[in-house]
Parts: sequence; C-alpha cells; structure tokens
Amino acid sequence: MSEVSPHGRLASLTLVPHATGLAAKDFKSDQEVRWCPGCGDYAILAAFQAFLPTLEAPRENIVVVSGIGCSSRLPYYVNSYGMHSIHGRAPAIATGLAASRPDLSVWVITGDGDALSIGGNHLIHALRRNVNIKVLLFNNRIYGLTKGQYSPTSEQGKVTKSTPFGSLDYPFNPVSLALGAEASFVARSVDSDRKHLQSVLTAAADHQGAAFIEIFQNCPIFNDDAFAPIKEPSAPGLIRLSHGQPVRFGPDGSLGLTYGPYGALQAVAADSVPESQLVVHDVTRDDPTYAFALSRLDNRDFSHTPIGVFRSVPRPSYDSLMAAQLEKAREGGEGDLAKLLAGNDTWEVG
Amino acid sequence: MTKQVQELDHVIIRFAGDSGDGMQLTGDRFTQETAVFGNDLSTLPNFPAEIRAPAGTLPGVSSFQLHFADHDILTPGDAPDVLVAMNPAALKANVTDLPRGKDLIVNTDEFTKRNLQKVGYDKNPIEDGSLSAYHVHAVPLTSLTVKALQDQNLSRKDAERAKNMFALGLLSWLYGRPAEGTLNFLEQKFGKRPEIYKANVTAFHAGWNFGETTEAFSVRYEVKPAALKPGTYRNITGNTALAYGLIAAAQLAKLPLFLGSYPITPASDVLHELSRHKKFGVRTFQAEDEISAVGSALGAAFGGALAVTTSSGPGIILKMETAGLAVSTELPLIIVDVQRAGPSTGMPTKTEQADLLLALYGRNGESPVPVVAAASPSDCFNAAIEAARIAVTYRTPVILLSDGYLANGSEPWLLPDVAALPDLSQDFAFATQETHVNGDGEFRPFKRDPQTLARPWAIPGTPGLEHRIGGIEKADGAGTISYDPDNHDLMVRARQAKVDGITVPDLEVDDPDGRAKLLVLGWGSTYGSIGAAIRRSRRAGYQVAQAHLRHLNPFPANLGDVLRSYEKVLVPEINLGQLALLLRGKYLVDVISYNRVRGLPFQAAELAGAIEEVLSHV
Repeated sequence: MSEVSPHGRLASLTLVPHATGLAAKDFKSDQEVRWCPGCGDYAILAAFQAFLPTLEAPRENIVVVSGIGCSSRLPYYVNSYGMHSIHGRAPAIATGLAASRPDLSVWVITGDGDALSIGGNHLIHALRRNVNIKVLLFNNRIYGLTKGQYSPTSEQGKVTKSTPFGSLDYPFNPVSLALGAEASFVARSVDSDRKHLQSVLTAAADHQGAAFIEIFQNCPIFNDDAFAPIKEPSAPGLIRLSHGQPVRFGPDGSLGLTYGPYGALQAVAADSVPESQLVVHDVTRDDPTYAFALSRLDNRDFSHTPIGVFRSVPRPSYDSLMAAQLEKAREGGEGDLAKLLAGNDTWEVG
Repeated sequence: MTKQVQELDHVIIRFAGDSGDGMQLTGDRFTQETAVFGNDLSTLPNFPAEIRAPAGTLPGVSSFQLHFADHDILTPGDAPDVLVAMNPAALKANVTDLPRGKDLIVNTDEFTKRNLQKVGYDKNPIEDGSLSAYHVHAVPLTSLTVKALQDQNLSRKDAERAKNMFALGLLSWLYGRPAEGTLNFLEQKFGKRPEIYKANVTAFHAGWNFGETTEAFSVRYEVKPAALKPGTYRNITGNTALAYGLIAAAQLAKLPLFLGSYPITPASDVLHELSRHKKFGVRTFQAEDEISAVGSALGAAFGGALAVTTSSGPGIILKMETAGLAVSTELPLIIVDVQRAGPSTGMPTKTEQADLLLALYGRNGESPVPVVAAASPSDCFNAAIEAARIAVTYRTPVILLSDGYLANGSEPWLLPDVAALPDLSQDFAFATQETHVNGDGEFRPFKRDPQTLARPWAIPGTPGLEHRIGGIEKADGAGTISYDPDNHDLMVRARQAKVDGITVPDLEVDDPDGRAKLLVLGWGSTYGSIGAAIRRSRRAGYQVAQAHLRHLNPFPANLGDVLRSYEKVLVPEINLGQLALLLRGKYLVDVISYNRVRGLPFQAAELAGAIEEVLSHV
C-alpha cells in the first residue's frame, strides 16, 4: 500500500497513493442511512461504495465533500474522510482541499438546489478552473429536505407548497450549464442504472481536472416518477452515448442523429439518410458546440434524453498548474525568511 | 549662494495633487529617503477610491502625509508644517488643515482660470491675498520641469509628467534628504525606458538645484537622525507586514500556507504580496467571490494547511457563514479583516474600527471566535503570528483586525531576529493512528485535549482516522450527528470554554508613577494617536495611564482588575463605542467613550483635549 504508481492509474489519481484489496463494505460507515424509503439516493450510495474500491486508492486518501440537502448527507455514510459543509459551498471547499492536496481523490456530492441555486457561482467557477474534483449532482428536480418547494430544475408551472399557482421560473438544463461553464468533463447518468452510473464514475475518475456528472434521481415523496419515461432500459427516448460509436436509439436502434439547420441535432430514421451523415459520438471534440447540441436534445417530455459522457477533453488541471508554479519558483531553493523580511532598503542604527 | 540651515526636531509634510500626479509615489520616495537618513517616521496616504477621478476636481485629490523626527514618534501628525499643492483642487482640499504661519508650496502653472473655476475659486488665491496667513512659495513647477527637459525630445505631456520628481527634488534639497535611493529606484523602475528614466532624473536634479539657487527658499531645514534602538531597520506598511507575518507563521508552524482571497480595498495588497512568494510554498487562490475565498481556505485547513482568507468589512460579512462552519468543525482558519469605513460600501479607502462587534458576534448561534488586533503598521507582523498561534493551537477560526490606516501607513521596523521567533510547531501536532486511536480501535474526532480543549487535527491521508465532520451538531467525543438536547448544551459550552480558555498575556499598563486616576484604553490602530496624546498631556503636567488591547476575545484575565483600579477609564475608538459596550457589559465598569468616525485616524490634539476634559472632572 501507499506506493505512488503513476502507471496504469486512472488519470485523476496519478499523485494518489495506490492500495488494493478494498471492498464495498470497507466504504460503509457505522452510521444508519436515513433517507426516505425508496429514495434514489440509496441506489447511488450503493453504486458509489461499490465503485470506490476500483479507484485502488487508500480509504484515507479519498475525501467526500457535500453541501446541504438530502443528497449532501451522503458523506456520513462513506467510511473515508468527509465534510458535510454549507449550502452551495462544497465546490469552493473542495477547491481549496484539492488545490493544496494533489495526493487526495476529492468527490463533491450535491443536488439541484445546492449546486444550481445557492451554489451556482461556485459550481461554474470550479468547472471552468478545472480543479481536480468530481462533482456528482443528484438531480431530483425538487427541494426535498425543506419539504417540497420547486427547484431550479423543476419544470415551469410546477405546483408546489411555495408555488400553489405554478412556478414561474424557466429551469436550467444542468448539462448545458456545465458545458457553458467550460467544463472539460460532462456526463449524465441515472440512479437506477448501477452499471451505467459506475461506468460514468470510472470515466470521471480517469479525467484529470473537474468532472461534472448529472444523476437523475427519483424523490418518491415530493417528485415521484419525475424520470419515469426513461427508467426502462428500453425506453424509446433514452440515448446511450458511447464514444466512437454512431449514436443509435429507439426501437431496435432504428433512430440516429443528423445535423439540422443552425447546427442543432435532430433525430431521424437511421435508414432514411446515408450512413455518413449519421453522427458518431466523439467526447474529445475541443469545441463544445457538439456536446451542447446533444444536451439540447433533452426535452421535458424525455422524447430524446442522452446519458453517458457528453464531453471529455484533456486540459491541465488547476491544482497541477498551481503545483508547477510553486515547483518552478523553488527550483533555485526555498525562500529565505530573513532575506524576505529585510527587503532591499535597510539601514543600520547604533 | 549659501543658505541658512535651521534645525528642527520634527516636520510634517503633506504632498497633495491630482490622482494622476504621482503623489503616492512622491510620498513613498520621500519616506524611503527619510528612513535611510535615520529619522523616525510615520505616514498617512489618503487617496480617492476612484482610480482616475476627473482631473483637477476635488474628488480627484490624492495626498500623502509624512511625519519625521529626530526622536521616536507615534503618528503621521495632526496638521502639516508644509503643504505641497500641485493644483487648485489640492490647495482647496487641504489648505484648511494647514495652520497659519506654515509653509505652502504651490505649483502656479496649474492655477489657470479653468482649473480655478473647476473647484469654485472666483479669483486666484495666490494673488488675491487669501493665503496671506501662510508662508507661500509660488513655484511654476510644471514649466520649470518642461524647461529643464526641453532638449530631451519628449512630448510636452511626458515632460509634464515628471513634475512630481521636480517637487521631490526640491523637497529633498529643502530637508537634506539623501538622493541615492531615489536615483536607484528610478533606474529600476524606468531602466527599460531610458528616455523616461533620464527625464525623471533630470527633473529631480532640476528641483534640487532650483532650491539651492532660487531666492524663494532662503532656509534649509535639518532634522537629525533619531536615536532609535540599535539594529537593522526597514520601512514597512501594515499590509506588507501582515503578509510577511503569515509567511513567517507558516514556517514557524511548519505548515504550508494557503490564502483564499477576493480583491477588495484596502486588503488586496496582502493577496498581491503573498502571490509573489511561491518560493515559500505559498498557495494563493483568487476566488470567484468572498464566500469561495473563505470556503477554499477552510478546505485547505481540513487538508492540513495554515489557511487564511483576507478581506475588508463588506467581504467579511459574506465569510461569516463559513466562519460558523469553522467554529462547528473546529478547524484552524485565519480571517483577516482590513477594516474600512462602512456601512455597506462606505468609504473604501478610508479607515475605521467599526467591525469589532461584527468580528465577535456576526454569526448565527453561539459561535465564539478569538479576535486579535494589530496596533501599528509593523505590528501587523506580530499580530499575524499571534493569530496563527491561536488558530493552530486551539483549532479555531481567528479574526485578525487591521484597518485602512495600518494597511497603507508605514513606519520604520526593527527587523526581528528570525531565530528568536516563537516555534509554533510545538503548539500542536497532527493526530495519528498511534496517538489517537483507542484500545478499541476507535478514533474520536471530537475528543478534546484536556489542556487546550482542542480536538484532534486529523488530516486526510492519515490511515485509521477516517472521519466525517460538518455543520450539524456533533456528539461530544464521537463527532457523529447528535440532536440530543443535553449534548448540544454541553457542546455549546465546550466551544465557548475553549475560546475563553485561550492563553492570553496580561494587559500591561503604562502608568509611570502609579498615581494616575485616568486610564486611556484603546485597541487596534489608535495605539499611536493615543500614545501621542498621552505624551502631550503628561508634558502639560497631567497624570494619565495608557493600556492597549491586542486580544479582544478573550480579553486578558487581568482586564477587569485594571479597569476597576482607575477612577475613570477613557476609551477612544473610531466607531460609536463598540469596545466600550463590551467592557460595560462584561465588567460593569462605567467607561467613558470618545468617538470620531471620520474615516481618518485620531489627531493627537483632539485626544489630548478629551483626556484633559475628563481629568477636569476628576
């Protein structure tokens, strides 16, 4: 244990010590899990705990930071280092930790209210800086912990306790937002599809820098079945993205994507156009317009909802750039405190 | 022509001009020359928040006051002996501060009809006799500068820009300042632009020679070096001293330094200074806002850094949410508040002491935070080390109070012996499996040290100490979530007891013959003004005692006894009586407040007046 092995590690972990032999149970804390029965958070927690051993990192080098909300209770249930912080501030706190400790694998757990409402500013700046943190946004399109007010991802006209006549705000599309914030890694998954969720988590861990994952999460109490139309693996609107593969979906993969006017993507019968016109998924495009166009397919009626990795482009992470500046400054040796204090203009008395 | 030399024990000069005239630079250079000459000194820059207010207007006036003497001094001085006014706006904004009979140097070239009208002068004050109470030296500074540079192939605009160096040369001659430092400085600053360098040097010499040859100045002045404590000195501003104090504290604690900050006047210079010192392993993070700045610092503290965030009042209020989390998670964090005039945006470049109650009480719940205040520009160094000591020893956020006057003001600093600075690494240790895991294999992240009541600082990467912390109330010892009523009462009291129990030196009282009936008690940047006022009062035959608080929370243990041992206690503050409120509440002592909230330091004369007023009723 505790040997740094830069080879064969996931890209975000090259400076994290190596450890094997851990299992999902090693990441279960002694705290009783207290979400509502049927909450999607249970599935995400179980998938996350089973995924963590695959990082091959010691438990003590994994830190889970959260904000406030139902999802943000998650760190208490993971037996690693963790901080349940303040509403919306988890990306800021995680930024300070990740920037000063490249030997840690830092995970941010947040929700749609936490990350997109009160913490919107921290989220977009953490993404554009490309700090080496992995942000898991549990999107249930409702405020759960405060008992059912509409959230920044609730559909317009949502009737809730605070909007008895229907909500007036237009919602965010979290994937579009992250792409607009210059995120270098953007993905989406679903609470109930463990295998898919874990594959996306692995892809995020294999990305050096900020990774943003929207996870559709069901709130059975205040917004039940919000994602029902795409919950079945055979759901007609579900588009499973796979890098390097033509985008195919619908009954028997009969649908594909082509570029329409103004660069928007549109669903077409795959056999109605020449194969060369069908879009092949490519996460590495530096220009985010393709990934953005994909994100705009996501209609409120779930007629086309892509999941998987939208974008994953290499860009130096903030913490590695910061470490490089420090290293360069120290090439000629450490700072001399007495010299610093004296400066250039001193004089003697006596 | 041989000039008469008159010896003075102290001089107060104020340079005043348009914000674009380079008055701060001129003041800085004169200060540096004065420091090297060996006078004691104290400075007060005063500038508008606008970067370039419209030229020639009153809001655009920038000034720099310097007090220097052949003995130790405590303040930048109340009123100038010499006012240099580069234009009519500078004259109008400053002349009311100039006592009658004092010297006034005016740049006559700028007294044009248009410039006079801009500031509401109907007639030229240089000519209409309204300045007859002063000793006016009317000098065409701009045209003399342009004339001196006429063979240098410069645009008229570039030539005119060198007029501040002409003024500096003239003043340097007048007070016999050594010129080498300034000439070296100009070479460093403009070395890559030889024509500008040459213009500035020529202007400086022209100003110097003008003083020597013209009859407008018949007397030169001499202020002998001060008999300061022997040692090596430098001149230093509060913000620089504070930044150095933080770097030193990190070295002394053997911790990496992390600063999360968001630009704000007058605190930004601490961020600027620290961002230069990556050689010392300093990580600086310019955040997207004040909240992220303090949040990132708390994250770094969790990771084992000496974590700092710096701001001023409008930013500090935004940080208080995270300060509360730091109280709850019991992590070390230094929050620097370089106070400025409020409320809200207030007057960004003007000083004030009105954040004391914010520092102590500006959080939800019972949320005790230690508070430390710096007393002078160079003292910011020591105050930063003290704040760090408390933060790491007791695992608590600490608020360090400076202010706009300390931040930008400067004074000579006797360099400390680095080897003699306190070893902060002795005051704490990171928790390890060996030191903190019980026989039952359990780590209790909120089990307190019996002496300091601090909880273990167990940083990620330490095997066996994995734990979760947060803002929800924690069970005593175990640190797990707890809503138990008695546990909450216990934890509220434990956090308070930890802060109350911080070791703080006793308050020292300066009461030379022990017979004073009046104690003047201050805190923060009023140290110099109060000291200067007390010297005046004592010279006038009054018996007055002085004490100054470094620690505002917890107070020194002997404070109550000190307060009760004087018949009267006068508490001058640049707020409406915040310390006075605390003293009355805690010690039931009927202290007398003296308050002025003008965005400026106290004047020694007004404080001396207040002292004598109180004593007239004893």
